[in-house]
Amino acid sequence: MTDTALAPPKSFSPFTGLMSGTVGPVIVVVCVIIAIWYVAAVALNAAFQQDTYERAGRDDVPFTEFVADTLAQERPKLPAPHQVAVELWNTTVEKKITSKRSLIHHSTITLSSTLLGFFIGTSLGILLAIGIVHSGVLEKSLMPWVISSQTIPILAIAPMIIVVLGNIGVTGLLPKALISTYLSFFPVTVGMVKGLRSPEVIHMDLMHTYSATRIQTFWKLRLPYAVPYLFTSMKIGMAASLVGAIIGELPTGAVAGLGARLLAGSYYGQTIQIWSALFMAAFLAGSLVALIGLMEKLTLKRMGLSR
Amino acid sequence: MLTAAEIEDGLDDAMNEQGKRVIDIENLSLTFQTNDGPVHALSDIDLKIDEGDFVSFIGPSGCGKTTLLRVIADLEQPTAGSITVNDVSPQEARLNRAYGYVFQAAALYPWRTIAKNVALPLEIMGLSKSEQQERIARNMDLVNLTGFEKKFPWQLSGGMQQRASIARALAVEPDLLLMDEPFGALDEIVRDHLNEQLLQLWAKTNKTVAFVTHSIPEAVFLSTKIVVLCPRPGRIYDVIESDLPRDRNLDIRETPEFLKIAHRVRDGLRAGHSYED
Repeated sequence: MTDTALAPPKSFSPFTGLMSGTVGPVIVVVCVIIAIWYVAAVALNAAFQQDTYERAGRDDVPFTEFVADTLAQERPKLPAPHQVAVELWNTTVEKKITSKRSLIHHSTITLSSTLLGFFIGTSLGILLAIGIVHSGVLEKSLMPWVISSQTIPILAIAPMIIVVLGNIGVTGLLPKALISTYLSFFPVTVGMVKGLRSPEVIHMDLMHTYSATRIQTFWKLRLPYAVPYLFTSMKIGMAASLVGAIIGELPTGAVAGLGARLLAGSYYGQTIQIWSALFMAAFLAGSLVALIGLMEKLTLKRMGLSR
Repeated sequence: MLTAAEIEDGLDDAMNEQGKRVIDIENLSLTFQTNDGPVHALSDIDLKIDEGDFVSFIGPSGCGKTTLLRVIADLEQPTAGSITVNDVSPQEARLNRAYGYVFQAAALYPWRTIAKNVALPLEIMGLSKSEQQERIARNMDLVNLTGFEKKFPWQLSGGMQQRASIARALAVEPDLLLMDEPFGALDEIVRDHLNEQLLQLWAKTNKTVAFVTHSIPEAVFLSTKIVVLCPRPGRIYDVIESDLPRDRNLDIRETPEFLKIAHRVRDGLRAGHSYED
């Protein structure tokens, strides 16, 4: 009886219920962004629309028609959200996957080099980290190169990699994947070095009292300790891989892939196409990172590290 | 011609015919080099521990009691003097897996279940799966943790975690147990209980125990020999041979004999701890 008396008063406002979760706030933020976007689209496309009216000799266009026209241009400076949505729908659901205009076709191509690059980058990062943690010489000789590799603008070095590899006969998926590798090995190296070094002194001492070998200490202590660090850096590495794959498609004059879509879009002023490719890339990155997040959750649960 | 030291050693040996020497420390010193100059953690330590002894190291913080234990375990290197464990160097003793070490914290691996934590040293030793299973079962039973094999460390109380870490140390089946304030972080009721369990365990297995503590009742209750250390530099102030019966329970803490030893320990701690500076 006292339970009911002490319970906090229930709120009957549906708004409170909606905003207590994550769905409500996210929807509100999305709505605000879309609203700002529409206003910006009207403002940015207004000048071109007025030009069009002048050339057509019309000077008494009602405001509502003016707004509608700015949001329906073929090559707007900033396409309206619904234009991008329609383009996304048309190029994914409506088109056959085999079609050259299918965004899914282009995404698959970018995805394959992203995944290959990510796989090589993660493996390379883990190997480098193992070397750096176990050898002072390797740490001193490798770490400066690892860090300076990331200070070079990727846009500058990407064409070089493509050209050099092209000259020695390596073309297709691998050169693009290597640019993904270039971007994704770094966070994994740094994260894993940190992770492999994170066991507490007392845990290392324990291994010492057991006279454990370095290999035993690695498998039984350092590696399990580094697992949470690995997943965090893999999330960053995956996003970087996708960026690398798209950048890798730019200098090759590739005919397929999200990068190629972006490039073609900018040649012909197809802003709607550019934006839909950008959204596809963002969606892809989000899904891949979420997938790693899911793997992380399952693994940590299995290891008893998440409660 | 026998030197005085040799005669003394001979007498020591004669007096301890029943137990062989496990730890022999002579003139041992350890100096840490720090930015503020050298720190004399241990200075001129002479100590002998025989088989079956339960020896407590007691003293204020910074007296080097943990450092001394770590030297025995080959976790620190002495800068002068000599030390043997089972008649060989601490390093060799460690490689022979002569001791089990229990740290101040349980130091269980959070991704391993309790049984898997106890199995850790056994895996490193390369024992067969069946031998591992057998030792896990036996030692978890010894510390009353049967039934908790599949639990993760965070699912256990602090006292149970520390018991699991003792089971892990015992699973190696060493003749020597080194314990560094194993019950320091536990409340008094749990500590009393574990002290009793530890004594029973020691009586059952006839192991040699070196035990670091800063609790006077704990030291007196558990030990056959109490080593009082004092700081700056870390050195032995007094060694008290306890004449309490080996078979004891917590009630012994009310007896005059117990209080007499506790009093001597307290005097030693007070005298050794200089408050002048």
